[in-house]
Amino acid sequence: MKRKIFAYPYIVWMLLFILAPMLFILYYAFNINGTFTVSGAWAVFSNADTWSGLWDSVVVSLITTALCLLIGYPAAYILSRMKKSVAGLMSVLLVLPMWMNFVLRTYAWQAILRDFVPDVLGLPSIMYTQAAVMLGLVYNFLPFMILPLYTTLSKMDKSYIEAARDLGANGFVTFFRVVLPLSVPGIVSGITMVFIPSITAFTVPAMLGGGMNELYGNMIERAFKMLASEGNYSYGSSLAIVLFVCVIISTVIMNRMDKNQKEGGQLW
Amino acid sequence: MKKFGKILRGSYLSLLFLFLYIPIIYLIVYSFNDFTTATGRVVYSNLGRWSGFTLENYSQIFKGDALDSILVTLELAIVSSIVATVIGTAAAIGIQSMKRRSRTAVLNVSQLPMVNPDLVTGITFMMLFAFVNSLLVKMNMERIGDMTRLLIAHISFSIPYVIFSVLPRLKQSSDMLYEAAMDLGCTPLQAMWKAVIPDIFPGITSGFIMAFTMSLDDFVVSYFAGTGEHSTLSVYIYSAATKGSHGVNPALATIIFIPLVALLLAVNLRNIRKERNYEIQNKKVKMKNGGK
Repeated sequence: MKRKIFAYPYIVWMLLFILAPMLFILYYAFNINGTFTVSGAWAVFSNADTWSGLWDSVVVSLITTALCLLIGYPAAYILSRMKKSVAGLMSVLLVLPMWMNFVLRTYAWQAILRDFVPDVLGLPSIMYTQAAVMLGLVYNFLPFMILPLYTTLSKMDKSYIEAARDLGANGFVTFFRVVLPLSVPGIVSGITMVFIPSITAFTVPAMLGGGMNELYGNMIERAFKMLASEGNYSYGSSLAIVLFVCVIISTVIMNRMDKNQKEGGQLW
Repeated sequence: MKKFGKILRGSYLSLLFLFLYIPIIYLIVYSFNDFTTATGRVVYSNLGRWSGFTLENYSQIFKGDALDSILVTLELAIVSSIVATVIGTAAAIGIQSMKRRSRTAVLNVSQLPMVNPDLVTGITFMMLFAFVNSLLVKMNMERIGDMTRLLIAHISFSIPYVIFSVLPRLKQSSDMLYEAAMDLGCTPLQAMWKAVIPDIFPGITSGFIMAFTMSLDDFVVSYFAGTGEHSTLSVYIYSAATKGSHGVNPALATIIFIPLVALLLAVNLRNIRKERNYEIQNKKVKMKNGGK
């Protein structure tokens, strides 16, 4: 008996529940009430709402990613300069909050922004604004930025930094011309791990943004969960295809950047 | 100057950790708040007013929808991770002995659920079940139930994680092990069970843990794949927070967070202990070499 057959149950499962469902997006995008038509897909592609929703999502995700990078880089840098044992403990503490379900964490922010900030602190509430959505996204994705940065920074050969200092570079020059270029792989994977999930996010905008600050993911959610009928499957599937293509493009761009880094060696 | 830098770094990290832990601490504190209204009903709609200490919220967890969703979540996590581990481990063993081309093809498809955004994965399942159910209705058969839908979805997104944690372990283990066991008189299944499985067991364990936590942590896929008839904890919280007027019992945060902290700390302590043993061994070796 060949060992290959142990994979057969999985291959059947894979065809039924991984590949076939993917095809159903295509099936429903080009099918209304059992007849093949491109009208549903065309209605989505030619609708300005689709593209403005997507644009909003891209802008919010870009800002979220930039904030995560700005907040996360110093943290990762500080961690990488610590003693190994302390840094290990710190990184456990960093991922610990992520072990609580993110819906529950976002619910906590909802309570803080809606009740605690205005009622107890007496400050103006940012609940149901774009700022609240970004706060929620940054909160949820920050560890995804810090961890790859920390890994890259702590693996970096310290003698590069010493060499730069020996050759007369001051702290700033050393950082911008030695440390930063060498940490680009970490930056790229951090950006990938923040940007792509935030572009598909719909939970955080629904819970913190209210109806006014919906993102692209919420359009898909509405099509499938609130108006669920066959006609809306077609609409939602077409929306999902646009999102899918968008995610693939970002992934390819990120991979390309990563590869350039590896092959090209230095940026400077 | 140096001291100033140290203080600056320390306070930056403290602020960061404060930011990360505020929501959790907030929920845990408010889980002891008395939410009883003037009419005697318990409504979690205002989490900003402190009206007295109580343990009532903890007994409320084990009633009604909240309890139901906890049980669904646990059942789903246990069953789906066991099934995913069995199918995934068998698959990894099979894939390892495949020819290069078919192996690459299978592995590439297996990466799909890991790369695919959860939103897309969830929708694909929703439409698959909608299609199958419409066929079943046409044939006058019963529709696929909610629990089955959730199970299929969870098993599907977990299997790849099992495969990719077992495969590296298989690469380290010898191909000859299986053949040797057969030569010594084992049937193929016995050879698997007695020789190959014990050798790759650490990989299987980490795959299982990964599948279990992925299932526990999932919201998006369950939200789309299920119909809401049996909701997981996260789906329950989401619908209570966005639609319901009752709000969500903050005590749920504590009972989810504390076991997870315990689990994570246990795993980490084990790793730390392993590391220390390794270090001690290294030192011994060094001392021996130094002695020579």
